[in-house]
Amino acid sequence: MNASLINYTLHLADNALTIGHRNSEWCGHGPVLEQDIAISNIALDGIGQARNFYQYAASLSGNGATEDTLAYLRDVIDYKNLLITELPNGDWAQTTLRQFLFSTYQYFFYQQLEKSTDRQLAAIAEKSLKEVTYHVRWSSEWVIRLGDGTEESHKRLSNAVTELWNYTGELFIPASYEKELIATGIAVDLSVIQPLWQQKVSNVFSEATIAIPDKSFAQQGGKEGIHTEHLGYILAEMQFLQRAYPGAEW
Amino acid sequence: MTVIPNHITETEKKIWSLLETVTDPEVPVLSVLDLGIIRDVKVQSTEENNFKPIITITPTYSGCPAMDVISMGIRMVLLQAGFKEMEIKQVLSPAWTTEWMSAEGKDKLKAYGIAPPQYKQAVCTPDAFQQEEAIQCPQCNSWHTTLISQFGSTACKALYKCEDCKEPFDYFKCH
Repeated sequence: MNASLINYTLHLADNALTIGHRNSEWCGHGPVLEQDIAISNIALDGIGQARNFYQYAASLSGNGATEDTLAYLRDVIDYKNLLITELPNGDWAQTTLRQFLFSTYQYFFYQQLEKSTDRQLAAIAEKSLKEVTYHVRWSSEWVIRLGDGTEESHKRLSNAVTELWNYTGELFIPASYEKELIATGIAVDLSVIQPLWQQKVSNVFSEATIAIPDKSFAQQGGKEGIHTEHLGYILAEMQFLQRAYPGAEW
Repeated sequence: MTVIPNHITETEKKIWSLLETVTDPEVPVLSVLDLGIIRDVKVQSTEENNFKPIITITPTYSGCPAMDVISMGIRMVLLQAGFKEMEIKQVLSPAWTTEWMSAEGKDKLKAYGIAPPQYKQAVCTPDAFQQEEAIQCPQCNSWHTTLISQFGSTACKALYKCEDCKEPFDYFKCH
């Protein structure tokens, strides 16, 4: 039971950290200053949420684990994030679409997690939900603006949909450790949030004049530690300092 | 029945007034009390006949980098006031809201050039392209202002511009 709760908490932490790291890659490279600031703020919210989950996971594991050892000293196979969070940023259309698909998922997810029988997970969800509300609003505005924009922006958003859609199925497939916790009311029942996500995505896509792909194939494995080749590169960059200079602080 | 000794409440009063001097490093006109992030102050008697403050704080945003600096600031003023032991706890629930900001804090923000959060909270929903709230320019008091971005120089602020005095300004957004 405790092992499952640790794995589940790490899964939530890894999601937030990985997408936070990806978004932070935009810092200094955004299309205009205001949007550079926006995506950097969203990155910061993700990393902050990750810290809350890692601190909780560390308190559950004991054995000298800290938020830093969990973030910086675990390898690819230990990471449990959803694959969509580790994919490269691509262009602005791909980044904002990924944010929309993931933030919308997080929005409905945290609404349910707020009711978790685990009080700390519920508290982190309550805190995070307020931040994610702003992320959904910002990212859906970009999806609509690009999809219903020029021929070029529409084409780029359509390409992003093709690129990312196969990674959305995984959002709703529970991992082994998750199933046990759903039964006890700790974890979110993904079948409850799937129709809510589909409805919201369908509404925004229709405003963006973009069709929902009818493909149903789902890339999966991230939650169980089986990742795309991209995660290794993220960790190589993110973990370099702690690997080269163990315990370094500033 | 537990009788709370008088000196404990005196110590608590002293701690509250010390906290008034700890400010937000990014908005230095606001004290931690103005921000509404101090949730509880308790005092424990220690073996050496000393008092140990236990202070509960809540973050404004999950990733707010000011929180660590604020904890450090609280620790520093308590040490300077002669407390040897202390505990600073962080709670996440109930989640911080701009409604906890003091009226005095809102006035200080405006005087500092940051539009304070509205007295009546706008409901924050995820819907795209909502009608924006009217925000008053802290420089010229005009209501003729436009949102530039929901995300500003720190997590807690949005970026606006005034259509009358043409100055950009920060708005401490409702949360």
